[in-house]
Order: sequence, then C-alpha cells, then structure tokens
Amino acid sequence: MKGIKNVSSHTTREHIIALFFIFPSLIGFSMFFLVPTLRGFWLSFTNWDLLSKAEFIGFKNYKALITDPDFWHSLFITFQYVLWNIPIQTVLALVLAMIMERSTSSVLVRSLFLIPWLLPNVVVALLWLWMMDPAIGIINEIIKAVGFKSVPFLFSDTLSLPSVAAINIWRHMGYTALIVFAGIQGFPKEVEEAALIDGAGPWKRFFTILIPYLKPVLAFVVITSVIGSFQIYDTIAVTTKGGPVNATYVIYLYIFKNGFESYRMGYATAVSMVLFLILIGISFLQMRLSRANESDF
Amino acid sequence: MKNSLSINQRTNMLYKMAVFIIVVFFLFLTLFPFYWVFRTSVAPQQSVFANPTALWPPHATLLNYTRVLGLIDSETAIKMGGSGQKVNFFLNIYNSFLVSIGVTFFQVLFSSMAAYVFARLHFRFRDNLFSLYVSTLMIPGIVTMLPNFILVKQLGLLNSYWGIMAPTLLMTPFAVFFLRQFFLRINKELEEAAYLDGAGYLKTFIEVILPISTTALTTLAVITFITAWNDYMWPLIVGKKESIRTLTVALAIFRLQTPQGQPDWSGMMAGTTLAMIPTFGIFILFGRKIVDSIGFSGFR
Repeated sequence: MKGIKNVSSHTTREHIIALFFIFPSLIGFSMFFLVPTLRGFWLSFTNWDLLSKAEFIGFKNYKALITDPDFWHSLFITFQYVLWNIPIQTVLALVLAMIMERSTSSVLVRSLFLIPWLLPNVVVALLWLWMMDPAIGIINEIIKAVGFKSVPFLFSDTLSLPSVAAINIWRHMGYTALIVFAGIQGFPKEVEEAALIDGAGPWKRFFTILIPYLKPVLAFVVITSVIGSFQIYDTIAVTTKGGPVNATYVIYLYIFKNGFESYRMGYATAVSMVLFLILIGISFLQMRLSRANESDF
Repeated sequence: MKNSLSINQRTNMLYKMAVFIIVVFFLFLTLFPFYWVFRTSVAPQQSVFANPTALWPPHATLLNYTRVLGLIDSETAIKMGGSGQKVNFFLNIYNSFLVSIGVTFFQVLFSSMAAYVFARLHFRFRDNLFSLYVSTLMIPGIVTMLPNFILVKQLGLLNSYWGIMAPTLLMTPFAVFFLRQFFLRINKELEEAAYLDGAGYLKTFIEVILPISTTALTTLAVITFITAWNDYMWPLIVGKKESIRTLTVALAIFRLQTPQGQPDWSGMMAGTTLAMIPTFGIFILFGRKIVDSIGFSGFR
C-alpha cells in the first residue's frame, strides 16, 4: 500500500514540476509561434488595415494576388535569385570542403571561413556596397586599373540581382562548406581504397563514390539554403531597396511593403501563406527527388 | 625507377602547391573585405576619395569613430563630411547589447527548463506537445512576424525593449529542440544517483543536468546572441524610435543619408567595424565550439 501511494505522489509531483518547468516556454510558444500562425491564417481571409474592424472577405485576398502583376513579378525575381544563389554556392562550398579536407587539419584555418556567416546581414551588405561602389569601390578600382570600364554592380538592372546573390554566397559559402566537410569526415576510407585498387581515377572517384555518399548532406544543405534564400530581405533592403526599376523586388519586400508600409495586413498575410505553401512544396519535392534520407551506402 | 619516383614526387608537390594556392585564395576572399572595411574606417574623409586604392590611408585617424559615436559636435562632423544629423552609435550599441543579452539569458534559461521536461519528465500529451513545437520550425519568419507585430502593437509594446525582445524571450522551438536532443544523450545513471541522494527534480536539474551541459548551453547561448545581435527586420518594424534603435537598424538608416551627394563611407565603415567587434570577440572565444557544433547539429 505504502509503495503504491509513494508512486502516485511521486508522479503528481513530477506533473507539477513538469508544468512549472514548461510553463514559460509554453507561454512564449503560444503567444509568438502557435497563435500568430493561426491568426495569420485567419487574417489572410480578412481585409484588415489595423485601423477599422477586420472583415471576413473569403478568398478575395488570394484572388487579388493572383491577378496582381507585382506579386508575380516579385515571385519571379525571388525564383531567379534562388537560381543565381544556390547552384554557385553549393558548388563552391563543395570545392572548399574538398580543399579543406586535402590541405589542412587546422581547426583555426577552417573556422576562419565561418566569420562571414556570423556577421549581421546588414554589415555584410554595407561592406559589399562599399567594395562594389561604381565610383571608388576597390573592386572597380581594380577593374579600371586592368583597363576595363567601371561596372555598376548593384546599380544596374541586369547585374543587381546576381550581385546580391554574390554577396550572400560570400556570407554562406564557408558555413555550407563546413557542413559538407563534416559529411566528408564520415566517409569510409576503405571504400576510397577499394576504388583506388580498382584503378578509378580521381574524377571518377569523386562523381561515382563521394557525391553519392554525400547525397544526404548535400540534400540537407540545398533544402535549407533554398528555404533561406527564398526569405532574402536584409541584404536587399540595405543595398538596392528593390531597385533599380524593381530588378531586386523579391517576395519579402512585397510582403513588407503591403504589411508594414500600406498596412494591408489581410493581404500581406495572404501572400505570406502562399510563400509558406511554396516552401513546403519545395522541401517536399526536394526530399522526394533526392531521396534525402538514404545515402547510397 | 629512380626517375619515375621523382616525377611522382614532383606531381605530388605540384598538387600540394595547387591546393595550397586555392586555400590561400579562398582565405583572401574571405578575409580581405574585413581589412578593407577597417582601412576605410580610419581614412580621413578626403583620402577616401583621393586615395581609393591605397592599402593604408595617409594620415590615418580614429576621428571617424569618435564622430559616429556622437562624441564630436555636429559642426565639426559636417566639416569632416558627416551628415550633420546626430549619429550616436554608442546608444545603438548599448541597445543592441541590452536586447541581445536579455534574449540570450532568458531564452536559454526557459528553453533548457522546457527541454529537460521533454527529455526526462512524463506527463500526458508530452510528445504531442513536443511535435507541435518542432512542427513550427518549418514556418518562415514572415508568417508569424505580421501577427506578432499586431500583437506587440496591441500590447502597447511598440518602440520598447520588451517589444523587440518579446518573440524570442521565452523560447524558440529551435532552442528547445537543440537542448532536448542533448539532454536525451546524458547518462541517466548520474541523475539516478542524485535521486537516491534525495535530490528532487529541481535540484537534479540545477546540480546535475546544467553543469554537464555547459557545452550545449554555451553553444546555444552563442547562437542566440549572434542571432539577436544580427537581427534587422523585427527591430526595424517594432523599434523605429531613435532612443531604442538597435545597431543594425541605425546602420541601415545611416546608409540612406547621403550628405553632400556622396555616402559618408568612412563613417559608415567605422560603424560597420563597431558592429563586427562583438562577432569577432565571440569568434575568438568560441570559434572552435561553433565549428564543432556544425558537425553536430548542422547535419548529424
């Protein structure tokens, strides 16, 4: 009898402690993660402008955005940006990871590549705004010294988007390389040796052995960086502000403008929901395509 | 035979040199911009334009720093090429520190408590609740940011430190998830020994779990601090007021002011350098830990 009573009081105490421990996080989670998501979903069916009372308007916001050329433009620009950003970043990160693996066992040297990723986007943006300045930026000074004309990187409607992509590639390359590097570390040496004995050359070993082995890591890296790069905002807000002539007007800028400048909260949340759906779709698709959970080993 | 060996050795050396050159190239690409920012930050305004390629500016000075820190009166500042508008990064740095340290302390504390429950204690719906926490990891920031802005506005917290800190003060799903995974791997025998000694859950948590987890807690604290320090969009929308502006917001506003037709490059780079100092400090202290944690949490 005594034993049973002990157990039950023991579990009651456990429950009380559990509740007490989890309480602050539960408040934070409900107030700023769970409820806002549901509220955002509800708001996307209203025409709320922060001032008058919110009115339920059904799918009107969604219908409106489908016919808004600005929405499609910003979506198009965002896709384009992702296409500039991800392939180059992933290839460079892979190269850097291979080079890290071959050249140095020094953690210090490897960690130096992480610095750009640790810095604020705003700082990175200002740094490159200065380096890329058409008048006296060092990059253009070098270009001019070699005998070419100054390049208006961030101020050109054709070059601004790839320039922003370059800035973000610079910020994320080292971080991505370190993740890939961690993946390479787990590569079984026997497999490499077996391939060597079979007479496979370095390129063949790279493409038929290492890349398939790294598939889960690469899939992880690509999915997370695609999702991140769909949400590009800071760099563009600081450098081009969406310009010139809307050449860098990405989806986050579109949402920001509608929500925080025109206070069309209902409409802005509808766009954010569409973005959410797109991101879910993309991660699902990429998981399927790359069978991310299975390495070929 | 001897000959072929030396050819092998030679290709080997060439290969090693090529690898070395590529590493140096990547390192240069990574680090040179920082040097260039610093170089510009100590250049007098005239020499920014007169010697745009000089590796070290003539008449280097720290006046740009005193200027953007608001230590020089505005007349002198205009003469030096400043905007004349009052810049006081000193205040912005203070704001950024206050917000980042507040968020880091409370988020790590409350998240570790929640993570302990999810890892060790039992109650009904515990695992459902944890799945709910984790499922919000996927949600893009803007989805919650719009309603959070409304909430913070309705609570009357716009333009306050609390407003800036609120969404991440009590927890983030990532923080809870990260610590729970770590706590799960702690050997249970250690806690059982504490229980046998008559320690309750609270005591076990404080005296056994937390001390063992210093590595994970430090890593999380570093990540949280950096995220808060770097944040731009949220403090921009809830903290526009000058007196509580964080450094990133102030820097972005500073960039928009173009006095005398040209941006105030040396002042801007002085501000940029100031914004990088905490990051470099953290890097020097915890760089190795962060690199290790990438192998751990980044993928595996």
